[in-house]
Amino acid sequence: MKMVVAYIRHEAFEQIRKDLLDAGFPSLTITEVKGSGRQKGITEHYRGSELTVHLRPKIKIECVVEDSAVGVVKETILRHARTGSVGDGKIFTLPVEDAIRIRTGEAGEEVLQAHDAKGVTA
Amino acid sequence: MKRALSTGLPLALLAALAWPAGASAQALELETVAGQLDVTWIIVAACLVMFMQAGFAFLEIGFSRGKNVASGIAKILANFSIASIAWWAVGFALAFGGANKIAGDSGFFFSHAQSIGGEEAFGDTAAFMLFQFMFCAVSLAIVWGTTLERIKFSAYVIYAIVFAAVIYPLGAHWIFGGGFLSEIGDGVQDFAGSTVVHLVGATGAFAALLLLGPRKGKYGPDGKPRPIPGHSMPLVGLGVLILWLGWFGFNAGSTLGTADFRFAEVALVTQLGAAGGVIAASLLVYLKTKALDVGMSGNGAIAGLVAITAPSGYVEFWAAPIIGAIGGVVVVLGVLAIEKWLDDPVGALSAHGLAGIWGTLACGLFTSDRLAEYNGIGKAGLFYSGSFEQLGVQAVGVGAAFAAVFVLSIITFGAIKATIGLRVSEAEELAGLDIATHGMYGYPEQFIDAAEFGAASTGPAALGQSDRSPATVSAMTATEVAR
Repeated sequence: MKMVVAYIRHEAFEQIRKDLLDAGFPSLTITEVKGSGRQKGITEHYRGSELTVHLRPKIKIECVVEDSAVGVVKETILRHARTGSVGDGKIFTLPVEDAIRIRTGEAGEEVLQAHDAKGVTA
Repeated sequence: MKRALSTGLPLALLAALAWPAGASAQALELETVAGQLDVTWIIVAACLVMFMQAGFAFLEIGFSRGKNVASGIAKILANFSIASIAWWAVGFALAFGGANKIAGDSGFFFSHAQSIGGEEAFGDTAAFMLFQFMFCAVSLAIVWGTTLERIKFSAYVIYAIVFAAVIYPLGAHWIFGGGFLSEIGDGVQDFAGSTVVHLVGATGAFAALLLLGPRKGKYGPDGKPRPIPGHSMPLVGLGVLILWLGWFGFNAGSTLGTADFRFAEVALVTQLGAAGGVIAASLLVYLKTKALDVGMSGNGAIAGLVAITAPSGYVEFWAAPIIGAIGGVVVVLGVLAIEKWLDDPVGALSAHGLAGIWGTLACGLFTSDRLAEYNGIGKAGLFYSGSFEQLGVQAVGVGAAFAAVFVLSIITFGAIKATIGLRVSEAEELAGLDIATHGMYGYPEQFIDAAEFGAASTGPAALGQSDRSPATVSAMTATEVAR
């Protein structure tokens, strides 16, 4: 199992989510984060004075998949997040030791499978 | 003792002033005082209508996302100021400078003792001029409701000049200033401007929207509209209530005086109309969606007020809640229908346009014999006279104002679009107008991380040894801390 962690522009997210869903990966988590890279900061003006903000808002996507699916996820993110300009973000892949579905107690790779949620009450 | 003195002395002075020697002098004095009272009421009403700018600011900002809030303030300040100068230099003259067919021809660069429409202008004319400017400014504020979150700031500036100098004055002249619409039949009835102010503003808004297009993300790939919720319902509510307050100046001030206590009756009619609008819009949206939509209740208040604006001086009390309620129904159905094709973030097309049309037509139905005669404009409506005549006159008024303003606005916005562009770039729209156009955030702490300021402003965590947990920790963490 691998966790794909990507830091991307806000506007790329919607299309990535849609394509991952279509490809059978509905499970992911996003966080609104702020970070810095090679992209320059934002200059803010407040009553005539300047203030440079170095941290830019980004979206962080976390998605845990089987090893064999890492390629698809990375390609999907690259396809939509790349504009060619500084500030497109980065993708990291991390090893994952274990996974447990809290509702049932199931463990291992099977909890990553998209499954039919029939009979499950929200 | 001291208190008795301080109140007694001015009273004695007043008595000496109010009862001069001769009886004719006394009558003259009373006439002067009555005239001053009229002008006082006009200025008070003008101030109430001015406050509607705050109402529009909050309404529009509340319905915008948090990244487009400071721009709303900048727009109102710029528009209100630029329009003032344009109105003083040109607009007032075209609107009220003599009863010609198309436009007035005197009163440019309004000045003391100037001859305007054959009469010398003094303070009372200045009061009238200021009051009418506030109407122009309200109409201009309505234009931008459809354009939020994506229009270039320069478009505000250019259109404000054209609107306050030419577009608004033409409509105002035709109906208020003795122009050709006041000569059709016995005249188009529009007491405080359902058409002159609200429909004209909404028509400008319609023209702008057609050339501007929807906000990015409003319509999905399937073409279906998606709601883009505004960032603050409390601000929307505050805006609606401020507008409601301002409307007492708007409608009751249009009596232009205190004679026969008409202004008080108009104020009550206004209140009943607004109430009808809120109740009908709230009920209808609840029946349609099973949710009491706060934004729609607010739109109902505005629509009720817009609808009762034209009839406010022409109808009896019983008709007011009916006219307002129909306005409330119109706004709900209008917002839901227009949303399918046009991105109108605050519902200006429905609340000011459709409700404005309805309010103007409502005069043709509800105007009473008594009040048509009192105002000396138009005839009684269908329900009193059994005749469709006034309704037809009202329809002509609506059609003429809409057509003229639409054409002039399309030309103006088209010229802006062809030269400097009407819309900000996609990147600017995504970043928000606050940072893109004004170089600042309206809510800085939402966008600038506290860490940027070092230790200077780090919130609850800076309390360090304090035994109080930061308010944001989750329940589970709080339990662990307690252990």
